[in-house]
Amino acid sequence: MTVREVAEGLGLRVFAAEAASLDRPVLGGYCGDLLSCAMAGARSGQVWVTLQAHRNVVAVATLTDVACVIITEGAQPDPETVQTAERENVALLGSDRGSFAVVAGLIRLGVPA
Amino acid sequence: MEARWARLDLHLHTVLSACAEAEMTPPRIVERALELGLAGIAITDHNSAENVAAVQEAAAGTGLVVVAGLEIQTAEEVDLLALFDELSQALTVQDRVYAGLGRARNRPEFFGEQIVVDRHGYPIRENTLLLQGRTDLSIEEAARLVHDHGGLAVAAHIDRPSRSLLGTLGFLPVGLDLDGIEVSRHANLEQLQGAHPGLAKLGAASFGDAHRLSEMGGRTEFLLRGVRLQDIGRCFRGECSGALRITDRTGQGA
Repeated sequence: MTVREVAEGLGLRVFAAEAASLDRPVLGGYCGDLLSCAMAGARSGQVWVTLQAHRNVVAVATLTDVACVIITEGAQPDPETVQTAERENVALLGSDRGSFAVVAGLIRLGVPA
Repeated sequence: MEARWARLDLHLHTVLSACAEAEMTPPRIVERALELGLAGIAITDHNSAENVAAVQEAAAGTGLVVVAGLEIQTAEEVDLLALFDELSQALTVQDRVYAGLGRARNRPEFFGEQIVVDRHGYPIRENTLLLQGRTDLSIEEAARLVHDHGGLAVAAHIDRPSRSLLGTLGFLPVGLDLDGIEVSRHANLEQLQGAHPGLAKLGAASFGDAHRLSEMGGRTEFLLRGVRLQDIGRCFRGECSGALRITDRTGQGA
């Protein structure tokens, strides 16, 4: 399961993504909105599901080396955040649905829990 | 006039904050501040400055300086103290913060009442917004908004496990423009600075964050000629011989 397959399978918006980052395999997932918890709990190669859309999400995604971030509830990253994500090669995706529904979708697609 | 060490408590709540006690009325806050020998206080209710005017009126003629402020909860759920020279600046920032609070409403039976009062402490009306909630501004955006309106941005109780820079966000973002930091009563500042080297560059204070009268005072002194916001800012930033220090003496007689 790659980031691209996740994005297509769940009909996600792509705010920022390099071709290479779309081909990254998704090894599992982490869900949460407190950055301090994500820093401690998210693992390299996972998809991180959060309703936060601010710039520090990109910093935490870089630090934890997650495969991609899915921003939920229709939250929009500002242009500065998108630029930072592009510069740092962080795949930033979005959904209008809530985190619960997005996680359910990921499980259906076969992302390991 | 020679600069003197003056104790200021720049973080305190009134009955407008749902979690504050009913005793946090303008006359009682002013009375307690004078008892404690404070040169100045700041009124920093959650996401709101609607009780600042009442406390300023209650303090008129006493010599106590009342700084206009609010405690903004950012999108990351980090509390940021915003302090202003003029009430109008605080109210402009408050309006932007209100716009980002969303549609959630306070449930007084659950969270507590949020009361706008007059200088005597008599209720004028209830604020129905969920002031305990977060606004839609990131901490960088909130700090920029505060500075654009002439204020000081001080990260609140950074060592607390919730609603704080280190507890919620977990790190000091590069490029975040803060004037200073506040640590809680029991913090070990040197340990925090060791773990987060960027903090050592920021002036550190420890205020009361009072939700009841007995919590007022804090333990921070500023080297000032007069209690003016720009001089407080210089103390935080260590400019022009401005300085501040956290003392052992608490303002609570404890």
